[in-house]
Amino acid sequence: MTDRILVNITVNGMVYERWIEPRLHLGDFLREELGLKGTHLGCEHGVCGACTVVVDDEIVRSCLTLAVQADGAMVETIEGKSESGAIRDLQDAFLERNALQCGFCTAGLLLTADALLQAEPEADRARIREHISGNYCRCTGYHAVVDAIEAVGECRRAGARGAQP
Amino acid sequence: MNNITPRAATVEKIVGRAVPRPNARRLVEGRGTYVDDVELPRMVHVAYLRSPHAHARILRIDAAAALDMPGVVAIVDGRQLAEICAPFVGALSHLAGMRSPPQHAMAVDRACWQGEAVVAVVAQTRAQAEDAMQAVEVTWEVLPAVTRMDTALDPGTPVIHPELGDNLCFHREVDSGGVDDAFATADVVVEETYDFGRHTGVTLEPRSVLADYNPAERRLTVHHSHQAPHMMGDLYARLMGIPEADVRVLCKDVGGSFGIKVHAYADDFATVALSVLLGRPVKFVADRLESFVTDIHAREHRVKARLALTRDGRFLAFDIADLTGIGPYSMYPRTSAVEGNQVINLCGGPYDHPHYRATLDVVFQNKVQTSQYRGVGHPIACAVTEGIVDLAAATLGMDPLELRRRNLMADDSFPRKGASGILLESLSHQRCLARLEQMVDFPALRREQAELRAKGIHRGIGIAVLIELTNPGAAFYGTGGARIASQDGATVRLDPTGIVHCASGVGEQGQGTETIFAQIVADEVGVPMDRVRVLTGDTAATPYGGGTWASRGAGIGGEAVLQASRQLRANLLEFAAVHLGLPVERLRIAGGSVIDTAEGVALMDLAELGSLAHFRPDLLPAGFQPELVVTRHYAQRDYPFIFTNGIQVSHVEVDVETGVVTLLKHWVVEDCGRVLNPLLVDEQIRGAVVQGLGGVLFEECLYDENGVMRNGSMADYLVPMAGEMPDIEVAHVETPTRSSELGAKGAGEAGTAGAPAAVMNAINDALRPFAVRLTAQPITPEKILHALHPHLTG
Repeated sequence: MTDRILVNITVNGMVYERWIEPRLHLGDFLREELGLKGTHLGCEHGVCGACTVVVDDEIVRSCLTLAVQADGAMVETIEGKSESGAIRDLQDAFLERNALQCGFCTAGLLLTADALLQAEPEADRARIREHISGNYCRCTGYHAVVDAIEAVGECRRAGARGAQP
Repeated sequence: MNNITPRAATVEKIVGRAVPRPNARRLVEGRGTYVDDVELPRMVHVAYLRSPHAHARILRIDAAAALDMPGVVAIVDGRQLAEICAPFVGALSHLAGMRSPPQHAMAVDRACWQGEAVVAVVAQTRAQAEDAMQAVEVTWEVLPAVTRMDTALDPGTPVIHPELGDNLCFHREVDSGGVDDAFATADVVVEETYDFGRHTGVTLEPRSVLADYNPAERRLTVHHSHQAPHMMGDLYARLMGIPEADVRVLCKDVGGSFGIKVHAYADDFATVALSVLLGRPVKFVADRLESFVTDIHAREHRVKARLALTRDGRFLAFDIADLTGIGPYSMYPRTSAVEGNQVINLCGGPYDHPHYRATLDVVFQNKVQTSQYRGVGHPIACAVTEGIVDLAAATLGMDPLELRRRNLMADDSFPRKGASGILLESLSHQRCLARLEQMVDFPALRREQAELRAKGIHRGIGIAVLIELTNPGAAFYGTGGARIASQDGATVRLDPTGIVHCASGVGEQGQGTETIFAQIVADEVGVPMDRVRVLTGDTAATPYGGGTWASRGAGIGGEAVLQASRQLRANLLEFAAVHLGLPVERLRIAGGSVIDTAEGVALMDLAELGSLAHFRPDLLPAGFQPELVVTRHYAQRDYPFIFTNGIQVSHVEVDVETGVVTLLKHWVVEDCGRVLNPLLVDEQIRGAVVQGLGGVLFEECLYDENGVMRNGSMADYLVPMAGEMPDIEVAHVETPTRSSELGAKGAGEAGTAGAPAAVMNAINDALRPFAVRLTAQPITPEKILHALHPHLTG
């Protein structure tokens, strides 16, 4: 077995220094090393999107990212995003629209949706559907998820317009 | 006190309203508790070495090198586990003649499918267990595998279980009589064969179990991602010889279930047996690759169908023959024969026809076990029925909607029997059809279809009518000898703070059970919904019940909640009347307060009532004891099942150059009885539709000729993604069941039941100019191109 490597990863604003095996992926690092169970592992080969987290402002599959790759990086998970209130509008919209059932895919979907609306606040339904197509949901019919994201996009755009002088 | 409460006069009911789920807040914040999130002291992890062969004898297991590897706690084979866990047989006595051999928690001597667990490697971490597993050597003698169902009964095919004599698990025939005469004298006879690929549930949270046997108190606690905790408690107790009272099953958050997690898997028994053996907590979480070869598969069927009609389009008789393959063992305890049994019960189900004949053959194979998955048999019965009805319409040159209209059972003809013998309480086919015509502008769609066809764009409209089995009674399992509760209980109680707690045997897998129970409690006791707390998923704290399956949660569990809540309200009113010295008839409870209806004022809050009862009983009249906890049970006993119904339309475009099908729009009209919460039921229906769309277009468990699954990963097995799915419009017709006061029927199956038929019919409608029909699901681009260009088929 390969020797452990010292990594320094900032997760949700906290700096963690850990000796880890190089093979450990970021999803397992967050869940097993840090106890952050809000990130879920659905397939562990990068297909389902349940394990999505934010690394240095980019959404990534934590199951396809080795924890050692995140050495020196800033990682945000659903726990951090929830506590900072950064995606409160999306969370409220998902609740309001029942855009989740079992909740297993939800953290990944919320972070993916937030990334879309930050980059393309004007995204329409087709674009929303395309963007979240890497996040599988087996419970909803996606319809409510698209509704929720669309509604937040409209609100954020209205908010941005309202904020202008 | 004595506040005027405007709410008291007209209290709006919460049942029926689109209230969001209070318990979903934790899920959007990443604060759920799924089994893999639970960590216990001294917990170890198990990885199972699984057979790489579909059928093979285990000659030798050499684990010596693996035992020395880091973190390894134990390496155990099937023979050792068989000393702890008794074998089990997946047969039901009311499925006459059904046979299945005993199955073990792990293979003993022989593996019968690729994926059957053979060796358990237990270590401090899952990674260590997997590392050590690489060092376990198994010597196999590969045996011939039975993979095809159409030759499974041939004399030349090896018999998987020699003691049974052949590969037949179950055979059944239904015959109303007169079928041969009907076909002989009919004006028109159409026939077609329908094939259905195996698919599986792909719950995003894999199957997970954390077994914790504590030898000091001889108690077993199992954290389980499961739909039927009481059933599992009973099975663990009986197979391991632990008193059932000392077994506790906990199901907190469950990450998708769909019937996949209602079964008792050999892995579950093995993991519990390991915990008993080792006397410490053992966690097993299937990884995705394991899930594909251990989660139950479903829906591998070949159905031959014939329909006899008069010239003016009256259905005379259906004749159905279903062949289905189920793997090497019938799944315990629900069996693998129920799906085929439902197919032959449900074919032709929406229609008024006098004659029906069906045969079913269920055969063993060396493939993953199949069993009940969402919609059990419904999607197959619906696709066969609606497929052949569309073929009949095309043959007669009649509009498919009109042909259905002429043959649907009339709404005023219930209760009645279907031709297969099923009892139907009260259905609304005609009203659903009328509602559908309000939603869908059929003439406009047909005009557009004709215009676009002239431009080489091929769009199709497909209709599917269906019946849906819900609210089962004991006929499903109880009469067959399986200890799967058909009743459910609910306990409601008032606490000193005025909060009403409700505990139910039906659990939450995301469909919103806890929310609708809270709505029912709120209405029936008379408190705001935020004063209700619901507890599910703990066999030590909830009434015994069947859990979630066959769309019974709202209809069965909800009725128990209603009855318990009503009695609690009656108790509280009696208590208030005694305390206040007022006649009970003058009082009611609303908004969490006792109201004087004569004065229209709130007299006291339930918190005062609760405090009085708990802390100041000295103030109560002598001899009076308020009863603040009520339990009621409910079993649906009026019918074997409460059938419901619906209708769907799919609008698709088929690219005849590429074979790609684009879903443009999908419409659903559903009668789930009384709608308890439209927000929840609509998305439940949409989710089910999308699972049906997956089945008809994408999903299939593909095997090679040796019985090895070829696409057992999420990269290879396609499930529907948001980008491919259409918007899905849902409307309701409400025909409350009279078998309960709540009036709720189930809503979980219909979407999955109807979508495949609607899409198949839409594709065939689109391809009508080419005179081809697709009848093998999933309908892939490759199959469409082969149909369009048969001369190119290799």
